[in-house]
Amino acid sequence: MKRFATLLLCSVSLLASGALAETVAITGGTVVVGDGSAPIEGATVVIRNDKVIAAGRNVTIPANARQIDATGKWVTPGIFAGFSRVGLIEVGAVTQTNDANASGSVFSAALDVQYAVNPFASPISVSRAAGVTRAVVSPSTSSNIFGGFGAVIDLGQDSRPITKARAFQFVELGETGHRRAGGSRTAAHILFRAMLSEARNYASNPVRFDGDLMKASDAKALLPVLNGTTRLLVHVESANDILKVLDLRKDFPALKLVLVGASEGWRVADDIAAARVPVLASALNDLPAQFEQLGATQSNIGRMKRAGVQVAIGMINDRDAHQLRYSMQYAGNLVALNRVPRASGLSWDEAFAAISSGPAEIMGMGSRLGSLKTGRQADVVIWNSDPLELTTQVEKVFIDGVEQSLSNRQERLRERYRNPTPGALPKAYDH
Amino acid sequence: MKTRGLLAVAIAGALVGGCAATAAERDAASASDASAEQSTKSATPFPSTYKPYPSADTAITGVTIFDGEGGRIDNGVIFMSGGKIRTVGDSGTAIPAGAMVIDGTGKYVTPGIIDIHSHLGDYPTPSVAAHNDGNEATSPVTPQVWAEHSVWPQDPGFSRAMANGGITALQILPGSANLFGGRAVTLKNVPARTVQAMKFPGAPYGMKMACGENPKRVYGNRNRLPSTRMGNLALNRQTWIKAQDYRKRMRSSKPPKRDLAMDTLAGVLDGEILVHNHCYRADELYQIIDMSREFGYKVTAFHHAVESYKIADILAEEGICSAIWADWWGFKMEAYDAIPENAALLHQAGACTIIHSDDENQIQRLNQEAAKAMADGRAMGIDISEATAISWITYNAAKAMGIADQTGSLKPGKMADVVLWNGNPLSVYSRPEKVWIDGAMLFDSADPNRRPVSDFELGQPGEGDVK
Repeated sequence: MKRFATLLLCSVSLLASGALAETVAITGGTVVVGDGSAPIEGATVVIRNDKVIAAGRNVTIPANARQIDATGKWVTPGIFAGFSRVGLIEVGAVTQTNDANASGSVFSAALDVQYAVNPFASPISVSRAAGVTRAVVSPSTSSNIFGGFGAVIDLGQDSRPITKARAFQFVELGETGHRRAGGSRTAAHILFRAMLSEARNYASNPVRFDGDLMKASDAKALLPVLNGTTRLLVHVESANDILKVLDLRKDFPALKLVLVGASEGWRVADDIAAARVPVLASALNDLPAQFEQLGATQSNIGRMKRAGVQVAIGMINDRDAHQLRYSMQYAGNLVALNRVPRASGLSWDEAFAAISSGPAEIMGMGSRLGSLKTGRQADVVIWNSDPLELTTQVEKVFIDGVEQSLSNRQERLRERYRNPTPGALPKAYDH
Repeated sequence: MKTRGLLAVAIAGALVGGCAATAAERDAASASDASAEQSTKSATPFPSTYKPYPSADTAITGVTIFDGEGGRIDNGVIFMSGGKIRTVGDSGTAIPAGAMVIDGTGKYVTPGIIDIHSHLGDYPTPSVAAHNDGNEATSPVTPQVWAEHSVWPQDPGFSRAMANGGITALQILPGSANLFGGRAVTLKNVPARTVQAMKFPGAPYGMKMACGENPKRVYGNRNRLPSTRMGNLALNRQTWIKAQDYRKRMRSSKPPKRDLAMDTLAGVLDGEILVHNHCYRADELYQIIDMSREFGYKVTAFHHAVESYKIADILAEEGICSAIWADWWGFKMEAYDAIPENAALLHQAGACTIIHSDDENQIQRLNQEAAKAMADGRAMGIDISEATAISWITYNAAKAMGIADQTGSLKPGKMADVVLWNGNPLSVYSRPEKVWIDGAMLFDSADPNRRPVSDFELGQPGEGDVK
């Protein structure tokens, strides 16, 4: 849909080919701006072409606007999945449809998901129908600690999904990093440091680069990480691994770190806050699934938030290709914690921001995405009730101002088998 | 799918999401005459040593009650005493003197939640290789193994299932690498030193079977039978033929040497062990139904069964339950046609519907999974009451596990397995406030001392935390 050019051209955006943007006024609904402010009842949202023009009470409705009555409904920014593999995998166990990693490749940091994200993948249309409009899409790793470049995408029905290519580099530095590096955290950290050193060498003399650890393409890919122009998303879970990642900036001061997962973040929340490193955290991990998350608790995000950490919800390794529709459920569960003695949750407003403006801001795109503030891309969802509640349904989805189809394979199968008994002809003729 | 599942695929060639198996053997308690009881008892080793913990006479008043069998009482009263449910009724229900009275205004009561498909204990956390005890993936036919011999009672997952999910009973199954995975065991979700002290008294055994991708992948990769779906069925049928022969010879004057694997299968043919069959695709479900007819046994429940909705009418007629997720899909080819309305379409057809977890995280939110399945059905115009959705995770599960005469609904005389929720359990904003098992309060969200902490977690970061 709207596509931000990769680097400094973000202000130049091209309307997507195909679908038509328009001027739309959504009136009378409970409007959630998504920036952590409280819902506004009886408010109006106006979008024109691909942008939000206004959201709130006392909004002037343009004369040419298509009006949608949202009385009794909720109007919010689209859900922004803070960490996912959506669009990279159609069927998890069918390797030909799984582009999340490449165990047979000689490349690592140079791998780039922008060439694999498939806007026509079923998980895109299923997630879109659930109200998810943007996603951080990350590669996973296989033969190296670095997985490659991730992207920010939209989930529109058009053929151009990439909002921002090369939005970040992904690296594993916890238990998975230990495995990828050859069997220890020491190996992972020396590999990390050595690869960044080689990237520096590459910068000083690209033509004569002869790396021990990687191809020139990988070295080139790590340069923007080294100089801080590209974010580095680091998957770690344990308190100790988090501290060691924060320490990396002693040697590499320009690194623009974002922690992913961080199930034990609460244990070192003050350190994370002081380092001003944001976190795309798993929401509901509460089991010692591995030794790196012995202290996991659903109160993790709430406690980090209270400590001043910039935190939003991500779903690393948690059905992160197919079930982005869990985002609202997860946010709702964090609200539920407020009524559990001794637990730390998020307020409703904070929880919704954790799946809208929060990820956008952590990815450095908060001025363009993730809320209904004026000038943001018009990703808007109309729900029949509280969007975090389990029983709520999506009624309309706009992405970049274009109303989207909510149809998908699941809906087609459902309708075919609404009555499972074949009629005069077999089910195959029912379409 | 969590990392653990992906690793299982990559490393062990094990299962892509969703594994299950069960087997059941009638406990002596159900035998009617003394000699039968004697002989069954001697044939039932590893007996339950579970004893209810002390309980107080307790009444909850002014509370909304979902009874587990589809009934609902607003502003109701429930009274439990001696570990049993004594009375359930409206606001006029008399409360015996001396009972502890809990004001349930604004709160909800349900039967203890039951998960018919769990691997807690046999795939415990931490999910390290040393803990992979759920699949005896050395042969596709292992009805001789019993899940209870793998269950680690210190799995921290049991406590989360109680505190966050209100789980009071659960069936632990072997995994789905094998066609015949082994016996399943039904547990009370009570912390204990031994699995015997968790075993649900009188629960029949289950037997886990699996069809489809998992067995043929695991063994096909080793270039042995089965490597195809037709291989799955062939080996299944050969095994049943052996079991029929064994059963016949055991009743003859010259019985053969006892065979543990055949004991389990004979138990199925005798109708004493309940078949829990992991199976995804509609066409395969029907193959299994025909196989069960050929050999004269009954499938109690299809597990995972993401395509049950395509043959909901047939499943209703056959009286076979579907134990399913609300919305898992797409993790492997046979899960590609899963839809979130599966439960609703089964319910509409009058087929037995159960929501299961097969997951150490979603077992903590089975109530939420039921709520989503209900809502997706309503959205397509199928009328489903909240009380019905609760039956999917209580009474229907208990029926398919053979324990509905003891638990699964709030009826006088049944075990006082009860959850008090701080709001509607079908809302994302609600959590268990108190959990009773046989009348003993084993979880109280307001009391850190009424929260189980497993041995594994003692002295570790976050010991006794709210989780």
